[in-house]
Amino acid sequence: MLLYILKRILIMVPTLLLISMLVFVLIELPPGDYLESYIAELQMQGETVDPKHIEYLRSEYGLDKPVLERYVFWLYGMLHGDFGYSFEYRMPVTRVVGDRMFLTTLLSISTIIFTWLIAFPIGIYSATHQYSWGDYGWTFIGLIGLATPNFLLALVLLYLANVWFGLSIGGIMEPEYLNQAMSWAKMKSILSHLWIPVIVIGTSGTAGMIRRLRANLLDELQKQYVVTARAKGLHPFRSLVKYPLRMSLNFFVADIGNILPNIISGSVLVAIVLSLETTGPVLVAALQSQDMYLAGSFMMFLAALSVTGVLISDIALVFLDPRIRLQGGSTK
Amino acid sequence: MSRGKTPPSADETEHFVSQAPFDPRSIEQLSEDQEKLYLASQWKLMWWKFKRHRLAVVSGLFLAVLYASILISEFLAPYNLHSRHVDHIYAPPQAVHLFHDGRFVGPFVYATSFKLDMTNFKRVYTEDRTRIYPIRALCRGDTYRLWGQFESDLHLFCPAASGGTVFLLGTDRLGRDVLSRIIYGARISLTIGLLGVMVSFLLGITLGGIAGYYGGMVDLAVQRMIEVLQSLPTIPLWLVLAAIMPLTWSPLLVYFGITFILGLLDWTGLARAVRSKLLSLREEDYVLAAQLMGASPSRIIGRHLIPGFMSHLIASATISIPTMILGETALSFLQLGLRPPITSWGVLLVEAQNINVVVLYPWLMLPVLPVIMVILAFNFLGDGLRDAADPYK
Repeated sequence: MLLYILKRILIMVPTLLLISMLVFVLIELPPGDYLESYIAELQMQGETVDPKHIEYLRSEYGLDKPVLERYVFWLYGMLHGDFGYSFEYRMPVTRVVGDRMFLTTLLSISTIIFTWLIAFPIGIYSATHQYSWGDYGWTFIGLIGLATPNFLLALVLLYLANVWFGLSIGGIMEPEYLNQAMSWAKMKSILSHLWIPVIVIGTSGTAGMIRRLRANLLDELQKQYVVTARAKGLHPFRSLVKYPLRMSLNFFVADIGNILPNIISGSVLVAIVLSLETTGPVLVAALQSQDMYLAGSFMMFLAALSVTGVLISDIALVFLDPRIRLQGGSTK
Repeated sequence: MSRGKTPPSADETEHFVSQAPFDPRSIEQLSEDQEKLYLASQWKLMWWKFKRHRLAVVSGLFLAVLYASILISEFLAPYNLHSRHVDHIYAPPQAVHLFHDGRFVGPFVYATSFKLDMTNFKRVYTEDRTRIYPIRALCRGDTYRLWGQFESDLHLFCPAASGGTVFLLGTDRLGRDVLSRIIYGARISLTIGLLGVMVSFLLGITLGGIAGYYGGMVDLAVQRMIEVLQSLPTIPLWLVLAAIMPLTWSPLLVYFGITFILGLLDWTGLARAVRSKLLSLREEDYVLAAQLMGASPSRIIGRHLIPGFMSHLIASATISIPTMILGETALSFLQLGLRPPITSWGVLLVEAQNINVVVLYPWLMLPVLPVIMVILAFNFLGDGLRDAADPYK
C-alpha cells in the first residue's frame, strides 16, 4: 500500500517535469519579450528610451541568456520556492499570486461541492426513473447549463443579483474589504458574493456528471446481485444505496482529477466577467503582456494543482475499492 | 374405405389430413421480417436503431438544415454582413404584424421614429402605428457575390422598397442587423467545430493507434503526453496558443489557426479510446494472419483494426464538436480568437460583454440562442449515434 503511494508519487515527477518544459516552450514561443513591449509602450508615451537602461534590465532579468539556461534557472528557482519576478507588477510572483490562489482554491472547492450536491440526487433519480419525464426534464436542464456560454450566464446573473439582492457589481467582496486582513466580516462578504461564480462555473460541469452517474448506476442496476437483493425482499432503498450506489461512486472519486482543470479553466472567463480577484484575470493579462515568469509559474501552479488532484483521487480509490487494492494498480 | 361415405359419429373425431404441400424445413424457415433483419448489413442495422431515437433524428435534421443554410447565407439574410444603418443604431427588434386596423395586410412592420433622450443620452425608438412597411418576399436588396462568383441581389425577404427597415432582432452599435449577422456567423461557428474535430480525429487515431498497436515504450510516451495535456487547464492553454499567433496574420489565417488549436488540445480522449481498444484487438487471430501475410502496421491499423470501431469514434467525435464551438466563443470573448471582419457567433457575443448590454440592449445577447440550440442538437445527435454504434446489443 505504502509502496503503491510512493510509486504513484514518483510517477508525478516526470509528468511535472514534462509539464514544465511544455509551459516554458509555450511562453517562450510568442515573438519578442516583455521588454520589447515595454519599450514600445514608453515610446508611445513620448518618452525617450535609454538603451543602457534597457541593457541593464535585460541582463538583470536574464533575458540575454540562452533559452536552455533560462529554463534551468527557472526550474531551479521553482524547486527552491522562487517562482520568478513579475515585470508587470514589479514584485515576486509569489506575492502576486498568494492571495488570489486562496480565493481560487476556495472557489474551486465550493464549485465541486455545488456540482456534487446538484448532480448526485438528479443522477440517482434519472437512473432509477429511466426514460421518465423527470429523467428527460432534468437531463435537459443540465444540458442547457452545459450549452450556455459561461460568460453570458455570469453577466445575466450578475445583473439579476444586483437588481434583486442589491449585491455590488463585480468583485468577490464588498470594495471596502479589498486590502484588509482576513476577518469574519470579510469572509461573510466573500461568501455572499461567491454563489454567482459557483453557480455559473458549476452549471457547465453538472450535466456531464449527471449523465456519467446515470450511466454508471444503470450499468450496476442491471447486474444480477441487484435482482437477487430484490428477490430476497430487501427494501428498495437499501438495495439501491447499499451496493449499486457504492459501486458507482468510484467514478466520482476518479473524477476529482479531471474536474479540477475543468473548473479552473472555466473560472478564468467567469472571473474576468465578474472581475473576481482570483488567478484567472492575472493569468490572461500576463499572457497578453508577455510577463513570462508570472504566466509560466501560474500555469505550473494550476497544473500542479490538477496533478495533485489526480494523485488524491488515485489514492482514495485504492482505499475505497478492494478490487483496485488487490490488483495493486488503479483502473483509471 | 373412403371417407365421406360414412359420416363420423359424435364420439369419433375426424382424421384430419392437410392438403397443403409438405415442406420439411417449414420450422427453420424465417419470416420475411426476420430474414430482412438477419440479412441487413451493419450500417443498415445502425440506421434502424438510430431511427428509433426520435430526438436524435430531429436534431440531425435540424443540423443538416443549418449546415445547408451556410451555403446560401447571403440569400437568407435580409441585409449584408457589413451594411450599416446610421439612423438605426441600437434599434430594438421590430415585431412582425399581420393585421392593421383589424384588416389583414400580410406580414409587415410598423415604422419607427427615433429620438435622442437628452437627459440620460439614450436612443429611444418608438413605433409609429400609422405607417406600415410590408415585408417583401424574394426581392431585390443589397447586392452580394454568391460563393464569390455570381453577383446577385436576391434575398428571401427584405424591407419595403420605400425606405422601410426590417430589423427582426434589432441592430448593434454600428446599426448592423443582428439577424443577418447571426445567419452569416453560422458559417464560421459551424465549420470551426467540424474542422477542429477533423484535426483532433486525425491526431487521436494516429497517436492512439500507434500507442495501442506497438505498446511498450511508445505507449508510455504517448500516455505521458496525454496526461500532461489533460492536467493543464484548457482555457489558459488555448490562450497561450492563441497568443502565439502573430498579430500580422490575416483573419482567415487566424481562423485556421484557431481550429488547429482547438483540435490540438482535444485529441487526448479519442486517443485513449483508440489505444485501449487496440490493445485488446491486436491479440486477435486476424491481426496475426495479416501480419503473416506481410501487411504493414499502418495497413493493419488503418484497414483492419480502426474500421471495427469507427462508428464509436464518429459518435464520440460528434459529442466533442460542442466543446469546440464553446471554445471558439470563449476565445473570441477574450479577443484572442477570431477578429472582425470574420464574424462568428462568438465574435457577435463580444458585443454583449458588459453589463450595459444586459440592461439596455438585451437583444445583442440573442446570438447565444443559436449557440445553445446547436450544442443541444449535437449532444442529442451524439447520443443517438452512440446508441446506434453498437447495433447488435
